Amino acid sequence: MSDWQAVIGLEIHVQLSTQSKLFSGASTAYGAEPNTQASFVDVALPGTLPVPNVDAIRKAAMFGLAVGADVAAESIFARKNYFYPDSPKGYQISQYERPIVAGGTVLARLDDGREITVQLTRAHLEEDAGKSVHDAFHAASGIDLNRAGTPLIEVVSEPVMHSSAEAVAYMKAVHRLVRWLGICDGNLQEGSFRCDANVSVHKPGTPFGTRCEIKNVNSFRFVEKAIDYEIERQIRAIENGETIVQETRLYDAAANKTRTMRSKEDAEDYRYFPDPDLPPIRIAPAEFEALRAALPELPDARRARYIDALGLPPYDADKLTEDRATSDYFEAVLGALPGQAKLAANWVNGELAAALNESQIEITASRIGAVDLAALLARIVDGTISGKIAKDVFAAMWAGEGSADAIIDAKGLRQISDTGAIAQMLDDVLAQFPEQVAKYRGGDAKLFQFLVGQAMKATKGKANPAQVNELLRERLDASR
Amino acid sequence: MIALTLASQRAACAAGTDLLNDALQRAEAAAGLNALITLDKPAGVATTGGDLAGIPFVHKDLFCTTGQRTTCGSKMLANFVSPYDATIVERLAASGAVSIGKANMDEFAMGSSNENSAFGPVLNPWDTARVPGGSSGGSAAIVAANVVAFATGSDTGGSVRQPAAFCGVTGFKPTYGRVSRFGMVAYASSLDQAGVIARSAADCAEVLQVMAGHDPRDATSVDRPVDDYRAALDRGVRGLRIGLARELFSAGVRDAMQATVHAALRELEAAGAVLVDIDLPTLPLSIPAYYVIAPAEASSNLARYDGVRYGHRAADAKGLRDLYSRSRAEGFGTEVKRRILTGTYVLSSGYYDAYYLRAQQVRRLIANDFARAFADVDLIAGPTTPDVAFKLGEKTADPLAMYAADINTVAVNLAGLPAMSVPAGFIDGLPAGLQLIGKAFDESTLFTAGHALQSRTDWHLALAPGAVR
Repeated sequence: MSDWQAVIGLEIHVQLSTQSKLFSGASTAYGAEPNTQASFVDVALPGTLPVPNVDAIRKAAMFGLAVGADVAAESIFARKNYFYPDSPKGYQISQYERPIVAGGTVLARLDDGREITVQLTRAHLEEDAGKSVHDAFHAASGIDLNRAGTPLIEVVSEPVMHSSAEAVAYMKAVHRLVRWLGICDGNLQEGSFRCDANVSVHKPGTPFGTRCEIKNVNSFRFVEKAIDYEIERQIRAIENGETIVQETRLYDAAANKTRTMRSKEDAEDYRYFPDPDLPPIRIAPAEFEALRAALPELPDARRARYIDALGLPPYDADKLTEDRATSDYFEAVLGALPGQAKLAANWVNGELAAALNESQIEITASRIGAVDLAALLARIVDGTISGKIAKDVFAAMWAGEGSADAIIDAKGLRQISDTGAIAQMLDDVLAQFPEQVAKYRGGDAKLFQFLVGQAMKATKGKANPAQVNELLRERLDASR
Repeated sequence: MIALTLASQRAACAAGTDLLNDALQRAEAAAGLNALITLDKPAGVATTGGDLAGIPFVHKDLFCTTGQRTTCGSKMLANFVSPYDATIVERLAASGAVSIGKANMDEFAMGSSNENSAFGPVLNPWDTARVPGGSSGGSAAIVAANVVAFATGSDTGGSVRQPAAFCGVTGFKPTYGRVSRFGMVAYASSLDQAGVIARSAADCAEVLQVMAGHDPRDATSVDRPVDDYRAALDRGVRGLRIGLARELFSAGVRDAMQATVHAALRELEAAGAVLVDIDLPTLPLSIPAYYVIAPAEASSNLARYDGVRYGHRAADAKGLRDLYSRSRAEGFGTEVKRRILTGTYVLSSGYYDAYYLRAQQVRRLIANDFARAFADVDLIAGPTTPDVAFKLGEKTADPLAMYAADINTVAVNLAGLPAMSVPAGFIDGLPAGLQLIGKAFDESTLFTAGHALQSRTDWHLALAPGAVR
């Protein structure tokens, strides 16, 4: 079986986070009562006409610029004709022959550190369908048109991935990018980010096998499992002498299987044609310039800068660039505390991440602002407090007790760095534990740490640990 | 009795006539023509203010109105009441004009005889054995019947101009994008344009002044200033170059029609216009191109009538597909089905390039032909129709013959140009129409020429035997 190679391409549906729909003024907010966010245009009343949402077009173009694609100065909306109750016009407004974004690449990093570059075929703008509700009514289906007309881009990759791990890494890279750009909330549960996977298998050097499309998978884990299952299924079928039929399949998460939804023979002829209600989308050169100027530093560029210019380990750089809010927070800490990239990274990825996780809040709502955290770290850098004490101060800050300096003063946490004071305190400790001192001097080296611990205890952790070590060793070793 | 015009209505109003009551009585008297689908006595009419204050009129029954049902001449929408008003409905209401009803029409504006209405055919006031033309047949007949001074219409391939010609009144189709399509039920979106039917070019100018202008709710509506049409009326045609397109006077046009329209054009010549012969070589291709593009768009535009949210819904449907197919089979008439089938076919995978794409290429050639011609002339002229109004039932068995009779009007829609049909005399007692075609957004010159002709002639004021007196 090992000589089979899977070939995978993804179509990712990215809902654009606009206030209103792609062609109407209705709200796109998730979770409202059914059909309360469906305007006359969305329910396709006779005589209504679509009016394009400029913000959606701008967001789609921004995606294209971010992946280095050709963003068309002129692209065309087309009608995709099919009958279904959640498609109220009897057609979906999409793009066909001239999409807004063509080409481009996405860099994806796998868990094992390997990097792949995924070529994009295109990304086109289209409106989402409504939802059919099949289980709410007896002997009838309900239609909720709140989602109908929500703008999305469908990001189509070339069939260049060869494993579920590559596909998931790519999907995560796109997910990170669209959230980074602020064009999608990335909420998989609510369907803001979902994926169709095209899967086939072949032996390298031979033509591609027949592909099957797995529809509408909305979690990274399910994409991985669905693709793994599908690869297995196809290989097994071929090795049993069966032929793979081109078809659309659904992933059943409960059974961890894919099953036939419709075969190619049942596939609809969508009769695409340019939508006569909508003039071509035109983006003027000045608008391109404005969009380029508004484009933030992208995650891959930031990661590279963190490693090359700031000297951070790749692990830290990865964590910091997982999302833009974290990265921006880190940037703000570093802005207030220049030259302390590693310290800042440790705290953002460590103490802060843990506290956010514990409190279940987003970094944008963090109880400690970036500048306040920098003020705390500055006290480690200047020796006012130790890293260990800093954690206590952090906890107090998190609990809302005030600024780092205020807490340090109020609690008297200033580090003791006065050599005379430390020496005096150490002499007291040594006098208190003559037995342990004797054993140490007799060769029991681990008792050194015990004595350090006692010294720290005596100062409530405020003694400068380096000085304690040095002076204690002086005392014990000198008089041996 | 005289023909109703805006001026005559204003004079009557000043002399104490209750225009609304008068119009309702006239409508009752003309009921035999079946020109109206809905007749309403509007409650609480505001007659103060506005350019058309107190003037009764009717809307073609494809403009959405909150006060009256909007049927599109179809069983599919027989009981549909729109929850919103079309842009032109709002604009005419704001001008003070009073809508007394909704005019009969070919179902979803598909037809050239008004015989495709689910509410029965409209009869021509000049000869009730004849059709009034279509698809705005009710609008043309109700004006010719002297019930109202004007009616709105829509023109996708001649649907304002041809019925105006058949009924001896003036019909105006503006440049594509000049009048909002918002709230006008779509037939073929790239060709549909709202228009007006009235007695005279001057009255059309006044009404279009109210209807025209940019509308942010229609992405194809054009954002450019609207000319002062009334100011254009008296500009005169001296030196105006009018191109007589050979193809509009082709072999298919009856000799008497050619002679009648030539005579009308000589009136314009006498007023100072310069007549020149021109060619529009691709014009004969307009019928096949139109009957590919219009049905293609219609097949998609009419997909929303599925029985799910509004409109006709088949009873006792067995599942979704059955609901769709039976609701549509029961709700749509034969011609609508024919065009949906044609349109579906020409857009199908494997046929798109040979039909739809080809038709769009032809469309471009036709537009180029007009552009070339307009480099040399200000207007293009010819008969609106090859012949006068035909008899009811005469062409219903032969859709191709019906389509072919649109030869002189559809090219204008393919090119998106403004055009007008003005009464040009009579053949055996039936009206003939002169069609004038203008440059894009040059409605003014059409009004100038129309008004010049109507200042020298009175064909447009002649009353039909079926007119209310």
